[in-house]
Order: sequence, then structure tokens, then C-alpha cells
Amino acid sequence: MSRYLLRRTLGALVVMWAVATLVFFMLRIVPGDPIGAMLFDAGDAEAVEALRRKLGLDQPIWVQYAKWFWAVLQGDLGNSIYGSRVPVAQIILEALPRTLSLAGLAFLIAVAIAVPAGLIAATRRNSAADHAVTLFAFLGLSMPDFWVGILLIIVFAANLQWLPAIGYAPLSEGFWPWLSHLILPAVAVGTAFSAIIARMIRSAMLEVLRTDYVRVARAKGLPRALVIFRHAFPNALVPVVTVIGIAFALLMAGAVVVENVFAIKGLGRVLIQGILNRDYPVVQGAILVVSAIFVFSNLLVDLLYAVIDPRIRYE
Amino acid sequence: MAAPALPEERDRLPPRRAGWRQFRAVLLRDKKALAGVVVLSVFVLAAIFGPFLSPYDPNDMLFEMMAPPSLAHPLGTDDLGRDLLSRIVVGTRISLFVGVSTVAIALVIGVALGLVAGYFGGWIDNIIMRYIDLQWAFPNFIIAVYLVAVFGTGLLNIIVAISLAFVDDFARVARSMVLTIKEEQYIAAARTVGVPTHRIIWRHVLPNATAPIIVQATVSVSYAILGEASLSFLGLGVEADTPTWGLILADARSFISRAWWLGIFPGLAIMLTVLAINFIGDALRDFLDVREVAER
Repeated sequence: MSRYLLRRTLGALVVMWAVATLVFFMLRIVPGDPIGAMLFDAGDAEAVEALRRKLGLDQPIWVQYAKWFWAVLQGDLGNSIYGSRVPVAQIILEALPRTLSLAGLAFLIAVAIAVPAGLIAATRRNSAADHAVTLFAFLGLSMPDFWVGILLIIVFAANLQWLPAIGYAPLSEGFWPWLSHLILPAVAVGTAFSAIIARMIRSAMLEVLRTDYVRVARAKGLPRALVIFRHAFPNALVPVVTVIGIAFALLMAGAVVVENVFAIKGLGRVLIQGILNRDYPVVQGAILVVSAIFVFSNLLVDLLYAVIDPRIRYE
Repeated sequence: MAAPALPEERDRLPPRRAGWRQFRAVLLRDKKALAGVVVLSVFVLAAIFGPFLSPYDPNDMLFEMMAPPSLAHPLGTDDLGRDLLSRIVVGTRISLFVGVSTVAIALVIGVALGLVAGYFGGWIDNIIMRYIDLQWAFPNFIIAVYLVAVFGTGLLNIIVAISLAFVDDFARVARSMVLTIKEEQYIAAARTVGVPTHRIIWRHVLPNATAPIIVQATVSVSYAILGEASLSFLGLGVEADTPTWGLILADARSFISRAWWLGIFPGLAIMLTVLAINFIGDALRDFLDVREVAER
């Protein structure tokens, strides 16, 4: 177990290093010369020269890389080249809780819908409920998340006026203001995720319900609910947890887009604004942090997998 | 993802010929797939003949602003008085073109990488798969966003970005197929009689690996279309004067409380297209008996 843990953790660190290196070099060696374009926006020749020196662009690329990497290790992601040159780390620290709140709530809502839906569909195969769940799964995978957001705004904000259409309120302003701003975007982000999970649970449950040990449990007269929740469901969870790791990526990708629908200044909005403003320190920083979230949530899922499935521990 | 079919399970399946005639029979039985084919055909026709069919010029600002749907403008007009139906019809072309072309490029590169990695193994496999695994750790959409950040916006850059983002899916599918196929006796036989390696890969390995690649391609087209729409919506798509579905929705954002049709119809077009492809993909998956496909 501890070897498995160690190997996975080392692997995750190597991936992070590779991503950081790719992020650094791609912006500098690509033919479009994005850094050059960024400098061009800075103004006259003198301003360009000043910015070049300030960013260390007059030094050899390996020196730049080493310095940059060393700074990143210490949590220094450089400064935004825009406006008042706020440190990128500060921008990201402000944005991070919003994105994590959004993704976390989306996860909860999605699982709360998907688990019962998948269970009902599997235990009442070919019923009307099963068909409804299948249709929901197809629709969930086919609707762009930002459009789900727009639909929710049209219905619940513009017409019913139950919930705010845009913005974010930090938790310090109270639970309800925080939650009310996040419900619609979280549903928008979680829809596709919930469709995938519901489908996974349905097919995993169908497979488990066919096994001999479930038949034995039924034969010896255990109540149906007990068979489903004690014998079948935990075993059906194994493949589902693997998918959750992949689908968490979906949640983050969804948050990047949906934040822009609801004007939530999270990581996604920071990233997109950075790209639109050609603010490369911000883009680099946001990409690094988003990547770190993926890599370490995947690591967490790997470890969780080892907890759920004892076979892995003895690998 | 899902575990591959167990060997004994695979052996129990009746041998099947997977031809067009057989798939047509499936379509007649599977109503979802049939609906998918019909809806997709309508969009493909719109993409090809759209500019001749659409009632007005998509950029003409000649009409009443934000008029609700009517006989003259079945889907209404936008904030600049442009006919929404005409804009959506023109957007079909970009959506489908990006969806199909990116997947074609990703398929060629990814399958080539996967075939080489799987067939030769060793250090080639190691180098290719380290990269593929790295890309696999990230959602395709985030990779596409980052590549757009590097390359810039515009149709060509969008196509490059989305294609590269999907390469890993095809490489993994192709490689895992090759690993099984290269153990088959007919490969050993071909090698024994001295068939050159490139010919073995091209004539013996590839044809036997097509089923999962086809299914992966169908799934990927639907994700590529969603990806293009999202990029356009974020302002990272094709040029701002080209009406794409994502861009129409982005423009509509400020007006949706007053003009619901601007928020509904372009998204409906995206959803129907993707849903149709998903229905067809699902039927193909059953028909070709493929279980393992990346879903991101």
C-alpha cells in the first residue's frame, strides 16, 4: 500500500513538473510569438524594452526557465502585466475559493441526482423511470453547459426571479447569499457530470445484480433493500469511482466556461480574461493551478480507489 | 474506464458481419438511432446548402430589432435586427466542419501514434505513451483553451487546437487494440512469410482495429462540436463576424431576459446536433460491440 501511495505521488509530481515546463516553453517557442505580441501591446520601444528587462526576457531562455521555476516553487507566479500589476498569486487566491465552491457544489448536486437515478434505473430495468433516466443522460451529455446556464437564467432568474442571475457572494456574507448565487451555475456545471455518473451507476449495477453472490443473498431471503445497498451498491461503486476521477476534470472544465456565463470571477474567468487581454503571466499561473487541481484530484481518486478495492493494495 | 470484455465473454458472442446493410437493419429497429440519422442529415444539408436556403443574409441588419418569432422570421431577430434563423443556418457549417475536420486530424495523428507505440513497444512505446499519458491527465477542453491561448484565435487555430487536444483518445484506443491484435496467429504467420512491417500494420493490424476507432470518432465529433461552441462562446473562437452557434449565444447573453428566443434556439441547434450524433454513436457501439471509449 505504501509503495503504491509513494509511486502515485511521485508520478503526480513528475506530471506537474512536465506541465509547468510545457507551459513555460510553449509560450516562448511557438511561431505566433505570443510574448512578442504581448510586448507589442505595451506601447513604444522604450516601454517594450523596460518590460522585457522586467520580465527577464533579455536573458537566455534556460536562465529564464530556471528563475521562473524557482519562483513558482516558492509560490511566486509573477505579476499581471495589466493595470496595477497585481501579483498573479493574489489574483488566483481570490479566484480559487469561488471555483472550488462552484465545482464542489456542482459535484454534490450531480451526485445527489445521479446516484438515485442510476439505482432506480438499474433496479427497475425497462420501466418508464429507466427510460426517463436514459433520456436524461443523453440530454445531459448533449447540452453545452453554458447553454444550460442560459436556460436556467431565463427561467429562474429572469422570469421567476427566485435566484440571482449573476455574481458571487463570499461565504462570509452569509450562507444563503453564497448558496443562492451558486445554485444555478452549479446545476449548469453538474448536468453533464451527473449524466455520466447516472449512466455508469446504472450499467455497473446491472452487472453486479447478475452476479451469483447477489442471487445467493436474494435466495436466502434478505430484504431487497439490504441486498441492493449492502451487497450490490458498494461493488458497483468501483468502476464509478474511476470515472469520477475523469469526470472531475469535466467539472473543472465546465466551471471555466460557466463562470463566464454567470460573471463569477473564479479561475476560469481569470484564465479567459487573461487570454483575451494577452496577460501571459496570469494565463500561465491560472493554467498551472488548474492543472495542479486535476493532477491532485486524480491522485486522490487513485488513493480512494485503493481504499474501496482491496485488490489494488496488494498490487 | 470500463473493463474490457472478458475473453470468454467475447468468445460467446456470435460472429457478426458488420456491413452497411446490417447497420441499416439496426437503424430500422433502433428508433433513437434512426431519429439521430434524420436530424443529423437535416443539419448536414443545412451546412452544405445553407447559404442558398437561408431566407436572409445572416449579417443584414435590415429588420426590426429583437422581434419575437413570426412568419417572416420563424426564430425571431436579434439585437441588431438580423434574422436568427439565417444566422443559425450559417453557423451549422462552421460547427460541423470543425467537428469533423478536427476529429479527422486527431484520428490520423492519434491512430498513427497508437499503432507505432503498440506494435513496436520498447522505448518508442515509452516515449509516445509518456506524452499521451500526460495529455490524458487533462480534459480535452482545457488543453484546447491553452492551445488557443498560445496560437491565438481564428478558424485554423481553433481546428489545430481542438485536433491536438483529442489526439490522446485515439492513440490510447489504437494502442490497446494493437496490443491484442499483434498476439494473433495471423500476424505471426504474416511475419513468418516475410511480409514487411509497414504492410503488416496497414493490411492486417489496422483493419482489425477499426471498430473502436469508429466509435471513438463518433463520440469525439460530439465533444469537438461542444468544444468549438464553448470556445466561440468565450470569445476564443473564429473571427467575430462569423456567426457560429457559440458566438450567437455569447452575443445574446445581455438580452435573454427580454428576448428568450435569442437564448433558446442557437443552443437547441447545438443540442440537437450533438444528441443526434450521440444516438448514432450509441447504436454504433452496440452494433460494433465496442465497450471502451473515452468520455470527456
